Amino acid sequence: MSNRTLPAWIDIGLIPLINICLAFIVSAGVIMLIGESPLEAVQVMLFGAFGYGEGIGYTLYYATNFIFTGLAVAVAFHAGLFNIGGEGQAYLGGLGVGLICLMLDSWLPWWALLPFAIAAGALFGAAWAYIPAYLQAYRGSHIVITTIMFNFIASALMVYLLVNVLIEPGSMSPQTRSLAEGATLPYMYQVFAAFGIEIEQSPLNVSLILALLACVLVWLLIWHTRWGYAIRMIGFNEKAAVYSGINTRRTIVISMCISGALAAMVGINEVMGAQQRVLLEFVAGAGFTGIAVSLMGRNHPLGIIAASILFGALYQGGAELSFEISTITRDLVVVIQGLVILFCGALAYMLKPTLEKLFLRYTLSKAARQDNLAEEAQS
Amino acid sequence: MLAGAFAAAATAAVTGSAWLGLGCAIIVSVGMALLHGFACITHRGNQVVSGLAINILASGLTVTLGIAWFAQGGQTPQLSGDARFAALEFPGAAAVADVPVIGAIYSELLSGHNLLVYIALLAVPLTWWVIFRSRFGLRLRAVGENPQAVDTAGISVAWLRYRAVICAGLLCGIAGTYLSTAQNAAFLKDMSAGKGYIALAALIFGKWHPKAALFACLLFGFLEALSVRLQGVQLPVIGEVPVQLMQALPYVLTVILLAGFIGKAIAPKAIGIPYNKER
Repeated sequence: MSNRTLPAWIDIGLIPLINICLAFIVSAGVIMLIGESPLEAVQVMLFGAFGYGEGIGYTLYYATNFIFTGLAVAVAFHAGLFNIGGEGQAYLGGLGVGLICLMLDSWLPWWALLPFAIAAGALFGAAWAYIPAYLQAYRGSHIVITTIMFNFIASALMVYLLVNVLIEPGSMSPQTRSLAEGATLPYMYQVFAAFGIEIEQSPLNVSLILALLACVLVWLLIWHTRWGYAIRMIGFNEKAAVYSGINTRRTIVISMCISGALAAMVGINEVMGAQQRVLLEFVAGAGFTGIAVSLMGRNHPLGIIAASILFGALYQGGAELSFEISTITRDLVVVIQGLVILFCGALAYMLKPTLEKLFLRYTLSKAARQDNLAEEAQS
Repeated sequence: MLAGAFAAAATAAVTGSAWLGLGCAIIVSVGMALLHGFACITHRGNQVVSGLAINILASGLTVTLGIAWFAQGGQTPQLSGDARFAALEFPGAAAVADVPVIGAIYSELLSGHNLLVYIALLAVPLTWWVIFRSRFGLRLRAVGENPQAVDTAGISVAWLRYRAVICAGLLCGIAGTYLSTAQNAAFLKDMSAGKGYIALAALIFGKWHPKAALFACLLFGFLEALSVRLQGVQLPVIGEVPVQLMQALPYVLTVILLAGFIGKAIAPKAIGIPYNKER
């Protein structure tokens, strides 16, 4: 942002808001096109996402995944890298979490297992991000293309492992055995019950706390450490970073590894928390949603939390919607997600020139009026 | 491609004509491409973001509309007869089928595909001619390497890029039609299944040249056919080859190529950079 002509509240507040509204208006058009009432759909969605305890639980459970992947995209983005590979990194991270849990779950309780699981997941996710990062930094291949390819490779690898290697003996569906009882993360309703508060059951588990912790850590890392400074400097101006003595190649690799490790934490929420086993396709698009979340949240942890909750609500509300209205399925949420990415990402600056003009006219007329007043006062 | 596939199958199902389906697929696909152009050329948005958004949009929209219009869980009705592109028999194919070698090649390899397969093969020399031998192609390549130079020569960068995007939309529309009306007999959810990305891989693997890209496509097609054939077959020495390995191979090969281990694929210099006249 070299020539910022708009005040900050318009630039980071109003423009994203208008863009989201545009995305929702087009979505409403799609709902009308298939012959349903958008107002009714909004009502069902809002009630489904926030109207009762279980709904809120699900919303936050989805949001947990999106916080992790959103942070992953944001960290890479600050280094000027576009990490499309969140999906594959999360998938492989889940494998890491799953493997360590399957090895140790009969010996350790969940709180002792958790650090190992985090480390294993982070290692696998970071390793999966390391290869594209290395190729980008040292061999000059484009990270967007390599991470796309790695998503497909991860998907094929996981199908192979789950069908042929990790499958529970005697089971028909390609999944591992369930984790032992004490080894899974406690659900939030169990945590609250321990304090004597009753909330409704949902797959929401303590990973949410982990996600919020990750937000704080990312904020500290990006804005309050030397590494973060180096990462942001590369993102702003890679040449300047080189001249100021920053090892850009190493920083690129490090930031991608952090990004991959963050994406891998989806594995903690899904494998160790909600599903309690490794399933096929358990990431379910969270890696791609992370891109939308990060774009909407302007790559800032606070924005990412807000955007994650919005998308969590969309997912949960969308699920509710497909129960209530038969012609609408979860795919509508995919449409809305696509539109949000389109308007908030690709068309983000569509309205900027118009708003700049409007704002300029407004300030000019105000200045002119003040001049007039001053002249009148003199005479 | 996915949107094109859906448009083709939906129109063909409603009108019963594969040709109308093809036309509609091209219109829809070009429309999607223009949306991409509008975001990236006019508003200088990020191409990756825009492309991703359009992919996600198409994936959701096709199924949503499919359920609303045909109520078959996101599929279109099965197509038959005129609503599909049928196999073309070359004249005399049956007659020469008994002639050894040449007869078999003529009747089984060359004849008996549907029209779109031949269009695809013809598109390769056509693309080569347009890109490397026509005036439009020269300017197109120039705009990819150095848009300032093109602008200085008094040619509109935006209009050139829009035309390129329209060409891409046209080709993807045909690809979608092939998927839903020729290869399969209906639209299925997410039926393009990453083929657009395979195409990207093929383009890079073919080092940005139509002829080499054709061979890359043939190689990847061969791998896919092989993975179907090899399912459950025990090979000597290596044993059973996992299907997933075959499916992942195009991507792995592309990554290896990108890493610079098999020659070097050089992309146009100005790729992915929006053109800003004022700078």
